[in-house]
Amino acid sequence: MSEFDAAEAAVQAALDAGARYADARVMHRRYESMTARSGEVEALTQDENVGLGVRALVGSSWGFQAVPELSDRAARDAGRRAARTATASGLVPGPPVDLVPATPVTASWSAPCEVDPLGVSLATKGDLLVAATRTMADHGADLAEGLYQVWDTAKWFVSSEGHRIDQRIRECGGGISATSVGDGETQRRSWPSYRGQYGTTGWELVDSLDLTAHAARIAEESRELLSAPLCPAGETDLILGGEQLALQIHESVGHAIELDRILGWEAAFAGTSWLDLAQLGSLRYGSELMNVTIDPTIPGALGSFGYDDEGSPAVKRDAVRAGRWVGVLAGRDSAAVAGLDYGGSVRADGWARLPMVRMTNVGLEPGPHSLEEIIAATDQGVLMDINRSWSIDDKRLNFQFGCEIGWEIRNGRRGRMLRNPTYTGIGPLFWRSMDMLSAEIVSWGTPNCGKGQPGQVGHTGHPAAPARFRNVRVGVHA
Amino acid sequence: MSTGSTWAADAELEVAGQVVELVARLAGAGAQAEVTVSRTELALTRFANSAIHQNVAGSAVDVRLRVHVAGRTATGGGNAVLADGLRALVERVLAAARFTPPDPAWSGLTPPVTVLASTDWDPATADAGPDERAALVRAFVDAADGLATAGYCRTAYRAAAFANSAGHSARGRAAEAAMDGIARDGGADGTARHWVDRLADLDGAALGRRAAAKARAAADPVELAPGRYPVVLEPAAVGDLLENLSWYGFNGKRYAERQSFAAPGVAQFDRAVTLVDDPLAASGLPFDLEGTPTRALTLVDAGTTNAVAHDRRSAAEVGTASTGHAGPDSSTFGPVPRNLRLATAGTAGSASTAGSASTAGSASMAGGDLAGAIADPETAALVSRMQRGLLVSDLWYTRVLDPLSLVITGLTRNGLWLVEDGRVTRAVRDLRFTESYPRALAPGAVLEVGRRAQRLPDRTVGAWSEAPSLRLASWNFTGGASG
Repeated sequence: MSEFDAAEAAVQAALDAGARYADARVMHRRYESMTARSGEVEALTQDENVGLGVRALVGSSWGFQAVPELSDRAARDAGRRAARTATASGLVPGPPVDLVPATPVTASWSAPCEVDPLGVSLATKGDLLVAATRTMADHGADLAEGLYQVWDTAKWFVSSEGHRIDQRIRECGGGISATSVGDGETQRRSWPSYRGQYGTTGWELVDSLDLTAHAARIAEESRELLSAPLCPAGETDLILGGEQLALQIHESVGHAIELDRILGWEAAFAGTSWLDLAQLGSLRYGSELMNVTIDPTIPGALGSFGYDDEGSPAVKRDAVRAGRWVGVLAGRDSAAVAGLDYGGSVRADGWARLPMVRMTNVGLEPGPHSLEEIIAATDQGVLMDINRSWSIDDKRLNFQFGCEIGWEIRNGRRGRMLRNPTYTGIGPLFWRSMDMLSAEIVSWGTPNCGKGQPGQVGHTGHPAAPARFRNVRVGVHA
Repeated sequence: MSTGSTWAADAELEVAGQVVELVARLAGAGAQAEVTVSRTELALTRFANSAIHQNVAGSAVDVRLRVHVAGRTATGGGNAVLADGLRALVERVLAAARFTPPDPAWSGLTPPVTVLASTDWDPATADAGPDERAALVRAFVDAADGLATAGYCRTAYRAAAFANSAGHSARGRAAEAAMDGIARDGGADGTARHWVDRLADLDGAALGRRAAAKARAAADPVELAPGRYPVVLEPAAVGDLLENLSWYGFNGKRYAERQSFAAPGVAQFDRAVTLVDDPLAASGLPFDLEGTPTRALTLVDAGTTNAVAHDRRSAAEVGTASTGHAGPDSSTFGPVPRNLRLATAGTAGSASTAGSASTAGSASMAGGDLAGAIADPETAALVSRMQRGLLVSDLWYTRVLDPLSLVITGLTRNGLWLVEDGRVTRAVRDLRFTESYPRALAPGAVLEVGRRAQRLPDRTVGAWSEAPSLRLASWNFTGGASG
């Protein structure tokens, strides 16, 4: 039977068992990764799996069942079991559940892809990682690592409201890292970021990163950092590179505007949000320079798709406009609870996982400056780049980030290198202090966003550019 | 599908054997192959705002094959178990191996070796349905007595088999259950969690009462200036220490790469610290992904680092033997102990200051809602001997600043209290810390170890930690709620 037939059988079985709404996703995913270490391939893995997940709404309670096969019998059994589980959920019921209206869609969508990443020979890909890591080792790195990852996902979605959508999404990316081991600590430099840059695109992305060209430089920088002065402690002006700002957006904006967190649905694990729905449309989130969009339509960005996993079409929305909080990441049920009229940000990590509110591409619109202009306009401060550690509280307020490298900024010039640069702050106060923002936007991909129980790994995108923040506490050390 | 008493790992062993034969047929007798076939039945009932809002169940099959042919190695996996799918997997992995560079570090296959049968597993837990999980959630919610609650109840069953072309095979089964929840009193949360072999041993009401008592005790917190404070860490917080020590320190690959602090034979910890990875202390699979039998491994013995965890590759790199810690990510991230048991006071290396839990415990109990801050008499005993410091329930979002010194930043969560003269006096707003975990447990730094441990769930099936409360001389809090 076809993938659509299996999904329809599961949905029908759930309806027959008492569901008032049901949807099903069949997914077929191929995954490939290769790692190299100091001039040798360390591991090559190729995985492939297929299965079906069906979600049933009985009364106001949900149930979900996943099966690793697509036979008619297995699909129908899964639909029945999803309805049974939903019925059991009614033992501890919540408020009535509605879904914001959706127009049933029949559609087919594919992400743009010039060079099929699984079509590039393993020898070519291996040679790239071997050469880059060998160069790093030759230039002083104690540990030279390279990595690429590829996901090729085909999915078929059917709902009891009449959706029938198939999509093919190819994602890939990679990067290199050099680590030097010193007396009691290590220093790491990466290109273009630790574990790499990723997009919903073909192998052309990896080609564009030109990993080998950066290998010698980052190896030498990792060794130089061992003897660089420690990032001083205190309050100063902070300039962040675009890669670090992408993660700052991810942690202190993206997760904070997830509607399921705002509603308390993630309270026990991922946490809640400092945002209060009563202030949607009026709250001052950041400075006037802060314009953040939720945009799954950006070609090639890692959080892009044609339709989310509830069948809602990809639509660009504002999250923060001129510093004011105006939008959330939502699904059809959470939006209904909040009195909003849009979902569109629900995805599942494979067929075996429940669709839930996830970031798509959440990022900044360009500012009026350049990085060089920002540095030139700064009398005293620190420039930090490439994330090394990240931590934020369960309300998405108190954060502390560490970067791989820092530079002292004095009288408008980049000065000496600083090791172990860290900064800390409170989300809205930090964003309100942003007074310069570059136009040099890059959509950074984050392929490791954890959320949910059982755990799910999400792929998200974050357009970001260098920016300056005033009077930030830096240099937090043990 | 019934998963428990009617379902053994025979089917998995048969599939594993088929894959080994296919490799020999397609690549010749000289090809080396190892296969693990596993089936997991995972169900998780999740609640928030005192209602079940997500309720999932699913079956997953994984066939994982590693081949070493003509000096080259490749790995692949999939969930197809019929003949065509298995052949496609074998052909794909063999093709990949032909294109990879030589692998001079290949450490060979595990030779035939006796693998003990699985420890006891509970068919009733394996076969538990959504009604049973919902009933436990109902009990937790009701016991919170009006406070908002959130959390999960999880059951899991695993059946797995291993075979390789050296003639070694093994099989096993395991079942487990866990509950983890919070109660919420305004902006204050309290937590309770428990990992068990048998679903029947979970007490939803007791966990709900404990979470509610802690939430009420955490209400109306004051802000405290950051700085160094003595602390009593409750088992959940200690579990975070053990996990990070395990991932970044007792990881054989990181040790071989000189990125671990671990130095076997050196007294790196207080003599009160004895840490064992003990996968067979509870229901678990008796072999790893390379077929090596799992066994207890003493990582720290009375303060002296004793060993790190290895798979065959990391072991060969440093000239030792595998400890049975091969996993899906061990070739890249490294082999990691996942069943950590920190010895309680009186069982190994106990601190000299430990006193009577029963008498000292009563002295530290505060009146009113604050009494709920301390979940058990053993922790109360530790609190009673702290002049001025902080009682920490849980740690959150801990991330490594430097792997070698294992400096970590994170925050407190689910309850933080000021202790003065051995008594809990105030709830405190959450604090951020930046601390070297080995330094916090260094010789002289562990003032006291609790007398009773709690077994707590990890985020992934098959992993848990078992820890008592700890009283430490100092913990470096570097930021408050205001930044």
